[in-house]
Amino acid sequence: MEGVMSEQTFTATIEKDQRIEPRDWMPDGYRKTMIRQIAQHAHSEIIGMQPEGAWITRAPSLRRKAILLAKVQDEAGHGLYLYSAAETLGADRGDLTRRLIEGRQKYSSIFNYPTLSFADVGVIGWLVDGAAICNQVPLCRSSYGPYARAMIRICKEESFHQRQGYELLMTMMRGTEAQREMVQDAVNRWWWPSLMMFGPPDAESPNTAQSMAWKIKRHTNDELRQRFVDMSVPQAEALGVTLPDPDLRWNDDRGHHDFGAIDWSELKRVISGDGPMNTERIANRRRADEEGAWVREAAAAHAGKRAAT
Amino acid sequence: MIQHEWPLYEVFVRAKRGLNHVHVGSLRAADHEMALHHARDLYTRRNEGVSIWVVRSDDVVASGPDDKDAFFAPSGDKVYRHPTHYSIPDSVPHI
Ligand SMILES: [Fe+2]
Ligand SMILES: [Fe+2]
Repeated sequence: MEGVMSEQTFTATIEKDQRIEPRDWMPDGYRKTMIRQIAQHAHSEIIGMQPEGAWITRAPSLRRKAILLAKVQDEAGHGLYLYSAAETLGADRGDLTRRLIEGRQKYSSIFNYPTLSFADVGVIGWLVDGAAICNQVPLCRSSYGPYARAMIRICKEESFHQRQGYELLMTMMRGTEAQREMVQDAVNRWWWPSLMMFGPPDAESPNTAQSMAWKIKRHTNDELRQRFVDMSVPQAEALGVTLPDPDLRWNDDRGHHDFGAIDWSELKRVISGDGPMNTERIANRRRADEEGAWVREAAAAHAGKRAAT
Repeated sequence: MIQHEWPLYEVFVRAKRGLNHVHVGSLRAADHEMALHHARDLYTRRNEGVSIWVVRSDDVVASGPDDKDAFFAPSGDKVYRHPTHYSIPDSVPHI
């Protein structure tokens, strides 16, 4: 009887577009899906520090170095906001980290590509953070309260990420021919993986319907991907770069840009561990965790000692 | 072996003078002092606050969703607690 009541309350709350809060009754499937989505998102923020972090010591000026440091620090913050949200569902962040390191939980495939030049830092800010914004803005209305609130905080910070990247690229485009080539080369490499960030096409995304019903997700993968393409085309034009897709053109009937076929076998390959940087990303995360273990133990021992006196 | 011995802390931030502290999230820290420093780094990187409280999560006592009726329903039928319950002629000023 009480179970039925709880389920009704849950459904009614979702229908009224109100938020589910940590101590509310929720279906097991909702809790599991939420933990998986939040953890995967948190892991992406944390692993996402690496491709750009690699350029902090090589940033071309003190200004760019300070900007990049702040941006990478933000990504760490995003990861922590999200682990915090996952813990409200009964997950333990140490356990989530372990699952990441052991390959039992995933992170965004985009971070398995290498950053070959400083232009990559700009293109990541523009396209990768841009795609993240497209994905994340609707999540500010996700039905799970702590997740939605974390997303609001994150979205406020992402705008800086995208703008610093685009400004960096504008600066390079005003530079030498070699610099312009670096930008175009980076765009060529990051464009398609950025489109893959929105996940498989709707027809092959079996969980989408349930996630939309629970209002965990507000738009389908293909809707968000289209929105991203439409936003990026004029930005690319203003920058003076070519997006590497011969089929990309405005479709007056649809009121959207058409674009070429995505190589989904590449996404599958990278997700299942065979991207250019998967091994290194996880090895780095594991090393940071193992090498930091003594610090965590020492701090805990120190706190224990102080509490005893 | 990754084992978290650090307890969970809830973080509250006062955005500016004149406002209440508001709950913003949680973090892990070895002790109160570290919790405060981590809260500064994590939740106030852009002038989001002028004051921070941290509280051990297991020290928070909260009403549960199941207590909802016992806790909050009784106030529902006490309409006389609201100013709109009282009809006063429009001719009476400032009330
Ligand atoms: Fe982020
Ligand atoms: Fe970002």
